[in-house]
Amino acid sequence: MAKELLKGNVAFAEAAIRAGCEAYFGYPITPQTEALEHMAARMPELGRVFLQAESEVAAINMVYGAACAGVRVMSSSSSPGVSLMMEGLSYIAGSEVPVVLVDIMRGGPGLGNIAPSQGDYNQIVKGGGHGDYRPIVLAPATVQELIDLTVEAFNLAEKYRTIVVILADGSLGQMMEPAELPPMKPVRTFEQRPDWALTGAAGRDPNVISSIYIDPNEEEVFNLKLVEKQKAIEAQEVRYKSLLMDDAEIGVVAFGTAGRIAQSSIRQARDEGIRVGLFRPISLYPFPFRELREAAEKAKRILVVEMNGGQMVEDVRLALEGTVPVDFYGRMGGVVPLPDEVLEQIRQVHHSLVEPA
Amino acid sequence: MARGRIVVNEELCKGCELCLSVCPKSLIHMATDRFTPKGYRPAELVDPEGECTGCAICSTICPEAAITVYRWVPAKKAVPLGE
Amino acid sequence: MTDTEGMVESLIYAKPRSLTPIGTHYCPGCTHGIAHRLIAEVIDEMGVREKTIGVAPVGCAVFAYQYFNMDLAEAAHGRAPAMATGLKRVSPDRIVFTYQGDGDLASIGAAEILHAAGRGENITVIFINNAIYGMTGGQMAPTTLPGQRTTSTPVGRDIEMHGFPLKMCEILSQLDGAAYIVRRSLHDPANIRKAKKAIRQAFEVQSQGLGFSMVELLSSCPTNWGVGPGDALKWIEDHMVPVYPLGDYKLHPAIRNGKKS
Repeated sequence: MAKELLKGNVAFAEAAIRAGCEAYFGYPITPQTEALEHMAARMPELGRVFLQAESEVAAINMVYGAACAGVRVMSSSSSPGVSLMMEGLSYIAGSEVPVVLVDIMRGGPGLGNIAPSQGDYNQIVKGGGHGDYRPIVLAPATVQELIDLTVEAFNLAEKYRTIVVILADGSLGQMMEPAELPPMKPVRTFEQRPDWALTGAAGRDPNVISSIYIDPNEEEVFNLKLVEKQKAIEAQEVRYKSLLMDDAEIGVVAFGTAGRIAQSSIRQARDEGIRVGLFRPISLYPFPFRELREAAEKAKRILVVEMNGGQMVEDVRLALEGTVPVDFYGRMGGVVPLPDEVLEQIRQVHHSLVEPA
Repeated sequence: MARGRIVVNEELCKGCELCLSVCPKSLIHMATDRFTPKGYRPAELVDPEGECTGCAICSTICPEAAITVYRWVPAKKAVPLGE
Repeated sequence: MTDTEGMVESLIYAKPRSLTPIGTHYCPGCTHGIAHRLIAEVIDEMGVREKTIGVAPVGCAVFAYQYFNMDLAEAAHGRAPAMATGLKRVSPDRIVFTYQGDGDLASIGAAEILHAAGRGENITVIFINNAIYGMTGGQMAPTTLPGQRTTSTPVGRDIEMHGFPLKMCEILSQLDGAAYIVRRSLHDPANIRKAKKAIRQAFEVQSQGLGFSMVELLSSCPTNWGVGPGDALKWIEDHMVPVYPLGDYKLHPAIRNGKKS
């Protein structure tokens, strides 16, 4: 299929449709409302389900219900709305039904603003809702990646019967770039719904989908099952991009839009003779611990760049276990760092390596 | 002979006595010689004169669906007992 | 066996197929059991067990999934109408019902029930109103009566501090999307029979795609009210019915047999 100029929010909504998404429940919130509007027009056109819920609380519970019925279902929101969904996500994780959620992050905390940020890393990557569970978290940096990861999200959600969150930000949601949408995949028929789904107990024992295990021993058994699932995900679903790390003495680690900005800075820095590379995690859970450690083996300093006060940097420090010093540069509140700013940080790190303190 | 009779499932009966309170002929009593497996005094039909009509008011109020009700009816209206 | 007059011993009543064989955890005399039974009887009589999906609440009926012999989902507290919306929208030919208590429906779930009714969602809601929070040990509910003692209103519900009870049938019946909103009671066999008819009507409304249906059932909580089962039923009749009048609050024009009870 040919490339078209696509807005991020519209791109992920249409990508979900092409991936066979059968139902969308959401609530307007800037900066991702275009996705809801796109779904509002397209889903009824295709005979699929769209509903604007009364709140994000209701939306995630509608998603939960539809997921229990065995259909491909998603929602999208932004930081304050995603906070409202945390209860629902915990219940969904405790029920092992597949769900896809897109979080287009904005400035916070609280009402914050509608500008882009990466302030939800801790919330999303560490689970978000109460209890022991981890959604798969994928962080695109371009509209094409947003499309491709959204399609993959549905497959991963079903493969592991888990939640997959696409963690992006307002700039990716709003920007327009050339990108290619996949061909339309047909939706499932009623008969093709999974046999664990709530479809009516005709000719079989009733299915019960719940997250309650009143006996602590049974609850622990269930939690151990989730742990096993996590291990499988960690072994098989790591995704990252590594650029010019082989000979780098400075490694910049950044995800999403921050990674994209850092990429420009790195090219300029290389032109100035600084041996710097970029390690961009795409799966934030499972975090590429081993892969980052390997990429950073020869580095003398790591610089983590984020659009928050320092969240992924903790996982980077965990990955490197003190083998190499880690610096952090971040902008908060919806401020987007410019490539020149990051370049300046790289220069400073380079100078501190060349001239010992 | 009684037109009706009831059987109380003692696995389910919780001795709440609601059936006793609604029986129009006061034929239901709480057993005094035994407990259910859960430790309740079960309800039971005590109908020496054969007065039970199988009206099923008791089963209407039983919260546990512990009461099964039978009644002698003309053959063409019967529901098989095994149902 | 047939006797000489052509009479046969027939089964008049047995535990419905739509209930599982196991005993419930509800307190002796609790009307949850009656409500469960009536729903199951209606589902059996309509022959829809194999295409019915229930949504259980948080409350004493959190374990309802163990008692209803059909597909069931367990919702978060108050969210059952939203979950039911998701289920019904993607499976419109299934029968979807929620079973909710007064905290679940009228407190934490107030937004969800309002909007499900407002949208005219084709689901059936069975609302168990016992004027108290049973499962958590007897605190005030939005439906607790003025002056009623609960563990969070130990000297009786004070209107100045806690405001007035919410009357959900009255509220929801004002919405155009609501097709069948009725209040019945479980306090004696005659009312239980009327309640069953209403539940049947509600499921028929859903089958015919007429919109949102709700049956509010005045119910007892002997344990947290501090009275025996029989006295609890009397308390419903004496104290709850005057505050929550029984009757039909909204009847879709296509319903023929609606009449005031």
